[in-house]
Amino acid sequence: MQKRISTLPFHDTPEQAKKLDEVIEGLKGQAGAVMPALHQAQDIYGYLPMEVQKKIADGLGASLEEVYGVSTFYSQFSLTPKGRNHISVCLGTACYVKGSDKVLDRIVEKLHIQPEECTEDGLFSLTACRCIGACGLAPVMMINEDVYGRLAPEDVDGILEKYAE
Amino acid sequence: MFRSNVLVCGGTGCTSSNSEQIIEKLNEEIKAQGLDKEVNVIRTGCFGLCALGPIMVVYPEGAFYSRVTPEDVPEIVSEHLLKGRIVTRLLYQETVVDENTTKSLNETTFYAKQMRIALRNCGVINPELIDEYIAQDGYAALGKVLTEMTPQQVIDTMLASGLRGRGGAGFPTGLKWKFAAANQADQKYACCNADEGDPGAFMDRSVLEGDPHSVLEAMAIAGYAIGASQGYIYIRAEYPIAVKRLQIAINQAREYGLLGKNIFDSGFDFDIDIRLGAGAFVCGEETALMTSIEGKRGEPRVRPPFPALKGLFGKPTVLNNVETYANIPQIILKGADWFKSIGTEKSPGTKVFALGGKITNTGLVEVPMGTTLREVVEDIGGGVPGGHTFKAAQTGGPSGGCIPASLIDTPIDYDNLIAIGSMMGSGGLIVMDETTCMVDIAKFFLEFTVDESCGKCTPCRVGTKRLLEILDKITSGNGTLEDIDKLEELCYYIKENSLCGLGQTAPNPVLSTLKYFRDEYVAHVTEHRCPAGACKALTNFHIEADKCKGCTLCARNCPVGAISGKVKEPHVIDTSKCIKCGVCMEKCKFNAVVKA
Repeated sequence: MQKRISTLPFHDTPEQAKKLDEVIEGLKGQAGAVMPALHQAQDIYGYLPMEVQKKIADGLGASLEEVYGVSTFYSQFSLTPKGRNHISVCLGTACYVKGSDKVLDRIVEKLHIQPEECTEDGLFSLTACRCIGACGLAPVMMINEDVYGRLAPEDVDGILEKYAE
Repeated sequence: MFRSNVLVCGGTGCTSSNSEQIIEKLNEEIKAQGLDKEVNVIRTGCFGLCALGPIMVVYPEGAFYSRVTPEDVPEIVSEHLLKGRIVTRLLYQETVVDENTTKSLNETTFYAKQMRIALRNCGVINPELIDEYIAQDGYAALGKVLTEMTPQQVIDTMLASGLRGRGGAGFPTGLKWKFAAANQADQKYACCNADEGDPGAFMDRSVLEGDPHSVLEAMAIAGYAIGASQGYIYIRAEYPIAVKRLQIAINQAREYGLLGKNIFDSGFDFDIDIRLGAGAFVCGEETALMTSIEGKRGEPRVRPPFPALKGLFGKPTVLNNVETYANIPQIILKGADWFKSIGTEKSPGTKVFALGGKITNTGLVEVPMGTTLREVVEDIGGGVPGGHTFKAAQTGGPSGGCIPASLIDTPIDYDNLIAIGSMMGSGGLIVMDETTCMVDIAKFFLEFTVDESCGKCTPCRVGTKRLLEILDKITSGNGTLEDIDKLEELCYYIKENSLCGLGQTAPNPVLSTLKYFRDEYVAHVTEHRCPAGACKALTNFHIEADKCKGCTLCARNCPVGAISGKVKEPHVIDTSKCIKCGVCMEKCKFNAVVKA
């Protein structure tokens, strides 16, 4: 999958930098440390800016090429910042046959963004995800940690409104 | 002692529909009624009947409440728990015989034909308490293995049981163990594949959420059999509840000395760590999974050498799927003969299926191998809802195929499914009705494999992309009959030449739909028509003037303003504006909107 790479300037807070240092310190010398480091770095920053990947590479004694290779391989790692509210619409098979593509279409139409994009005001970002395992509730979408199931396209407007401020 | 136990499903499905809030409200109400010393609320794993979630069961009566809302809770507490009067209105209606009698869950059509081995503790125990697992004979199998059996005897039992890998390919588990045990090394690994990537399959997640200790126990047994002291569970990061419960389970097992050094004073050491996946389907393939645990890009390696010789970090490794592991403690305790007596000769035991798509009872079911597709879909699954008809069942996810209605009486086991061009896969079973276009479904799966192909080998990387392009051409109405032939030829080429299982099976959705639904492909090409009315480019909506009452409902709901007409006069759809979303058709109360 082609990854979008953020061109926004990178800023971090001293707390974030300190946390990242601690993560790297804790994983130093461990076999297979790159993936856990990226997972935890993404928890800290919300995405994986190039500067953070560089720091992980230096800290773990790996090349940036290796770290970048891993971060672009896995779909969970994001190289672009997410919106304050992140929407994932499930396009797994069970949801797809129950019309989740129409739910996605509706969101695209409503927010004027495509999957893997963020609205200009930073309020919403959107992805089409694979099965989240709630097939019994198909079609489903997640906004942040909230799961919405048994959706119809016309439910979208009301749900998005709840996150609109 | 508690007088009543209230079990509330805390699986992902029910949690998504607010079961946490129900538990909170229950505890509040129980306290308010002064029943907190008498009634115990337990958060369990998945009951399987996800379509009716959130689910709550009250024991000793076994009253099965379905689609419970937080608003129902006060009534259930004050009527049932306080006064002992079951609230019949809120029960799963299948369990209600008449006003005063209910039948047990095991007599309902959904559960009657099931047999639970892998799922036996799901929805029964609190997965966050090791004591509840131990009370269900938990860790007795590990105890038996470590104190009474040699590693060779364990392997012999596994071989005799005939257990085959539940992750998809169906390789005999005992053989895997035998190979890994035969290779000498300073370090070996026993790993668990919980990277459940097939869209529509969620049995592994349910086992981990509902009965995590069964997997830990079985991994320790595998470790003892092959001589490994370390295990890894590779699990999808998309399953936060499962990850959390696994971690709790590992911590408790360590505390009880059931993981760690010198387990059961036998001198056997074994510990387990969790490794999170990061959303790459190919990592379900064994060599790719191990590369990923090593912290690298999850690309598969050439086999041989097989993992039993050179696996994780270059050491002998056994990798089994979650559901496979969940069967093992029972096999050790009850013996290989017991296990062989269930299922079919070449596929003993049971299989868990995740029923999804156009079926009434979506959820998890566990049935003996050899159960027919008809029994699963019609009896247990309750058939296709909404007056639609069964068209096909898709098994095996992106590696599998579509089984047409004409083969619905096929007994399901590994070999039968392969013989009809599908495969078991991890057990996702998606039901489709006549509104699902088979070419579109093939395209859907190819989009998936194109996205998920790791790019290492050319047949898969380039071949699947070309397949998708041809399917795109056909579903947009620009295909030719030669395209269909080319499609088929390319499929065989990709199958024969790809490096790993992903590429070798990626063409299956195309091949199986071509085999059973070729006429649909031909209709797209020669008549520029989608028989199921699903392919947007080949479908036009129009309003039948004699049926239209001019109620304006369609026009008001059309998102692009493509419908015009005066009140009480027939309306018209402007096809140049229409985006074919189908809202008008759903809204029309007079069936005046039709696809053509």
